[in-house]
Amino acid sequence: MAHRALAHRTTDDVAVAVADLRAGEGLEIHTLDGGKPHQVKLLENVPLGHKVALKDMPEGHIVIEYGQQVGRMTKAVKKGSYVHVHNIRTLRWDYGKSARGKKGGQ
Amino acid sequence: MARKKSAALQLSGYRRANGRVGVRNHVLVLPVDDLSNAAAEGVARLINGSTALLHPYGRLQFGEDLELTFRTLSGHGANANVYGVVVIGIEPKWAERVAQGIAQTGKPVEVFSVERHGDLNTINMASRAAYKLVQDASEVQREAIQVSELVMSIKCGESDPTLGLAGNPAQGRVVDRLVDIGASIIFGETSELTGGEHLIAKRCATPALRKKFQQIYDDYIQMIEDQGVDLMGSQPTEGNIRGGLSTIEEKALGNIEKTGSRPVNAVLNYAEPVKPGQGLVFMNSSSAGAEQVTLCAAAGSVLHFFTTGQGNVVGHPLIPVIKVSPNPITCSTMSEHIDVPLPDLLVGEINLEQAAERIMKVFERTANGRKTAAELLRHEEFVITKLYPSA
Repeated sequence: MAHRALAHRTTDDVAVAVADLRAGEGLEIHTLDGGKPHQVKLLENVPLGHKVALKDMPEGHIVIEYGQQVGRMTKAVKKGSYVHVHNIRTLRWDYGKSARGKKGGQ
Repeated sequence: MARKKSAALQLSGYRRANGRVGVRNHVLVLPVDDLSNAAAEGVARLINGSTALLHPYGRLQFGEDLELTFRTLSGHGANANVYGVVVIGIEPKWAERVAQGIAQTGKPVEVFSVERHGDLNTINMASRAAYKLVQDASEVQREAIQVSELVMSIKCGESDPTLGLAGNPAQGRVVDRLVDIGASIIFGETSELTGGEHLIAKRCATPALRKKFQQIYDDYIQMIEDQGVDLMGSQPTEGNIRGGLSTIEEKALGNIEKTGSRPVNAVLNYAEPVKPGQGLVFMNSSSAGAEQVTLCAAAGSVLHFFTTGQGNVVGHPLIPVIKVSPNPITCSTMSEHIDVPLPDLLVGEINLEQAAERIMKVFERTANGRKTAAELLRHEEFVITKLYPSA
């Protein structure tokens, strides 16, 4: 069966849609390193190339993809959510982090 | 299934006087400066089979910026895809300097300057020189060549996560195969290593190279921050974000997949020459497609692999740029730009080895003369990297 979404590493927090996915779809998401597939029910539409949360992640969570740190969650999300620039940002030039310290920042 | 190693490559190309090998046989009309574009274009319009490299620079540059422009121009003339060159400058001194850089290769170079002749007489004289070069070039035959005689290069552009998942790991296998049989492969995109720069540093073959790489990377980021800004807003690009990339780290980790797994054997600055037999080479460069491909061609690359997610259409006037894409939307809506479509890899219908084999087949045919999408569509981007304003 053709894949609908794929993750790079078993330990990753997110997977990538390889087709346009619809909210409500139940997915078996395989990982490229051959680890155990994830069972995920999609909470939102996710376009081809975009990311799906493989687990619940709190705000501030350091997101792992490729087995590496790729960003920080700026909002909490549930497993099956759409992860993109509206809820994740870079760890470099991490103004989101310092802004929190400044209260009401941005 | 289909795990067999690719059959021995049957490659043909052009062996130049200095022993370097090209896969195309261009005659170049090279303006040294913006003012000489008109004459260079005049020659290229008159003489069928000559190619003018028009550009906006070459006046009142100084220091490292001037050296880079000279290195870029001479490097293009010296490129093994070029049979011979007509150099045209506004005045003779700098034109001679660029020509000398090319003449070291032993290939024919003719130099002209516009002052004291005017455009029309210059075009007359330079066209007669180009006429002879094109006719001579047309009699040069292809001969059998080895991969180990080639310098090539890689980049990705308009990236999206389909590259990190599929296109770039497939390209990475191709890079490993080519390096293992003796090719030199250049990669760059300094700012786009951000978030994965430690992975490249780890692969540098010696501590000295690692130190040099880290210095180049740190200097590049410092240069950006010295402008009082950061890369957010330009990295990832709007095209990247549309395709699903959210952060520079995510983009970098996908980008790095295409460099394969072999050690980084050399760390070079912009457009420094690369020889065959050096293996995988890092060259400091912008991550903008045309700038990076131009720097690679100046360094000696004769063929470029370009993976794209959302559909970067870049080409180059002298070196074939092979476009590889795993994105099914791009492969269907922009099929005329893609030389190696891999949407079946993305959904797991073929594996990475089969995808690498498909790229290798197109590489072999392209090296042997098959025209790329970018060559057919006249994508002839030539963009000189400018380090700072002119005096």
